[in-house]
Amino acid sequence: MASKTKNLQFDAKKQLEKVEEQFQTLQILNEEGKVVNESAMPELNDEQLQELMRRMVYTRILDQRSISLNRQGRLGFYAPTAGQEASQLASQFALEKEDFILPGYRDVPQMIWHGLPLSQAFLWSRGHFQGGNIPEGVNVIAPQIIIGAQYIQTAGVALGMKKRGKQSVAVTYTGDGGTSQGDFYEGINFAGAFSAPAIFIVQNNRFAISTPVSKQSAAKTLAQKAVAAGIPGIQVDGMDPLAVYVAVREARERAVNGEGPTLIETLTYRYGPHTMAGDDPTRYRTTDLDNEWEKKDPLVRFRKFLEGKGLWNEEKENEVIEKAKEDIKVAIKQADDTPKQKVTDLISIMHEEMPYNLKEQYEIYKAKESK
Amino acid sequence: MAQMTMIQAITDALRTELRNDPNVLVFGEDVGVNGGVFRATEGLQNEFGEERVFDTPLAESGIGGLAVGLGLQGYRPVPEIQFFGFVYEVMDSISGQLARMRYRSGGRYHSPVTIRSPFGGGVHTPEMHADSLEGLMAQQPGLKVVIPSTPYDAKGLLISAIRDNDPVIYLEHMKLYRSFRQEVPEEEYTIPLGKADIKREGKDLSIITYGAMVHESLKAAEELEKEGFSAEVIDLRTVSPIDIETIIASVEKTGRAIVVQEAQKQAGIAANVVAEINDRAILSLEAPVLRVAAPDTVFAFPQAETVWLPNYKDIIETGKKVLNF
Repeated sequence: MASKTKNLQFDAKKQLEKVEEQFQTLQILNEEGKVVNESAMPELNDEQLQELMRRMVYTRILDQRSISLNRQGRLGFYAPTAGQEASQLASQFALEKEDFILPGYRDVPQMIWHGLPLSQAFLWSRGHFQGGNIPEGVNVIAPQIIIGAQYIQTAGVALGMKKRGKQSVAVTYTGDGGTSQGDFYEGINFAGAFSAPAIFIVQNNRFAISTPVSKQSAAKTLAQKAVAAGIPGIQVDGMDPLAVYVAVREARERAVNGEGPTLIETLTYRYGPHTMAGDDPTRYRTTDLDNEWEKKDPLVRFRKFLEGKGLWNEEKENEVIEKAKEDIKVAIKQADDTPKQKVTDLISIMHEEMPYNLKEQYEIYKAKESK
Repeated sequence: MAQMTMIQAITDALRTELRNDPNVLVFGEDVGVNGGVFRATEGLQNEFGEERVFDTPLAESGIGGLAVGLGLQGYRPVPEIQFFGFVYEVMDSISGQLARMRYRSGGRYHSPVTIRSPFGGGVHTPEMHADSLEGLMAQQPGLKVVIPSTPYDAKGLLISAIRDNDPVIYLEHMKLYRSFRQEVPEEEYTIPLGKADIKREGKDLSIITYGAMVHESLKAAEELEKEGFSAEVIDLRTVSPIDIETIIASVEKTGRAIVVQEAQKQAGIAANVVAEINDRAILSLEAPVLRVAAPDTVFAFPQAETVWLPNYKDIIETGKKVLNF
């Protein structure tokens, strides 16, 4: 029998503690909307602060309307976003137009604020291929369905930007569950090895559908997964728009300065179900937990902060709400007016030129569709 | 003209396209300083620099993701998967991502990616190196699958594959890498994808095949000739999409056909060729179309490999069944 623990070569517990202590949560605005970390305050002017609030309010309305449109059968696939506004919108707010976003399926709001017309977001939800036909000059790709695939692609986009000598970054999102995928590790590792200008955001909303983060990993934080890839990682309060903004802005600066990728974990929560396709969160979350997180709401704390500075009031809020409702109405109409996707569209777009089999099948389906 | 092995012709094609198009990037495991485990990229990093020809971390899925992302940035990636048995690690990038890019983005993005990879039996590799997995690839809409059988074809097809604006899986049979030399023009030329090549003309039997089995089929055709049968050997060269016109024209001429593949019999390329012949030329047939293929197991360990692999004798035997039907 081997000797007891007398001559241990390293202290396993201490090793992990040393890693974990480096990943303290960055917070700037607390739940009361008070600045608790003055030195970390981002340089945002009043107009920018108001704009960020407008976007969060707008997106909350968009989420409510999308859920109701989905229930009426007027939208298809939809993954609710309420609760994650700071994480989603403040991270996008820290980007430049030339930065390229590779979203997950819940990350449609970032696409919209990066330039995707709302009507196309609705078409994508309906499963229309024109939803992914991103307008020229808008640097996003359709949301990824395969968890993790966007991480390895982000390494590729970022490497391409570096090779082209661009001053831009590739930004991607996944959730807590996504960090368990092999592609997550391969993506951050490749980007690190190539010192590629990438920002990898993990929106830790505590549950991968129903599986809690405690069952995903023994890691105390998801940000510390960066260590193994040799890249910096940071954990931020994902309900605090200013903390999220600062983390992404700094990561972006490092990336365009040639200092490589960053992993950012945002601690957040989705109030709604995983998607509108029958998920029931009461099966895996308690009301107490829901209430605890709703107290951290990003809109509430940012509203208080802005009201304190005299930058926000009910009138401004109502203006945004009315604008969002009007835009949604117009966009749904545009989506309704878009000709339905046909099987012949699908057949003709698989390749640049149709091979013989698809040419034949095109004719068959053209005849079917003209009946 | 130079005498080249297939591996030299492949290197020559890569060099040609690296010279022609600054967007062509060659990358993968050990393709840089080492020139690839088969030396397919020999000297390319030296000539074009690490920006264009580079090693990646050892992760096939990551290599696939890199190809998708570089494609989105306007590059023309030519990644290598070190052995095609490792393709399972990168299936999502191939089938889930590259092949769907054009459709998913309504035509805004596409994937001008050529994935090169060695495969094929007869060289006594460890497990997961030699399997013929082209059938898996051919079932994925949105991909083209190319398998050359000669040095000349290898160069012209690879140049076409790299220039193609859609994803191409370009599979290199390991046994053919250095088995013979052939005259290969040093200047550039292309061979269109989707076009078969009649490697030997005949009038009694069509042998439709590809890859290393082209050579077994040619040997079988020579033997059959001695017995008075004239066999035509069609090298598909592109196994998806197949060259249906050449196949049907041949079958209408001979009235008899067999399809030969190194892969397992179930599903796969040969099954598709047989089905297409039945769909399009049933009234020209004097006999059922039969297949020569490996048994429906995974690829055999080296000790059983020689018997497992189809050979010219199997082709003669099946050919005679059809000829004497």
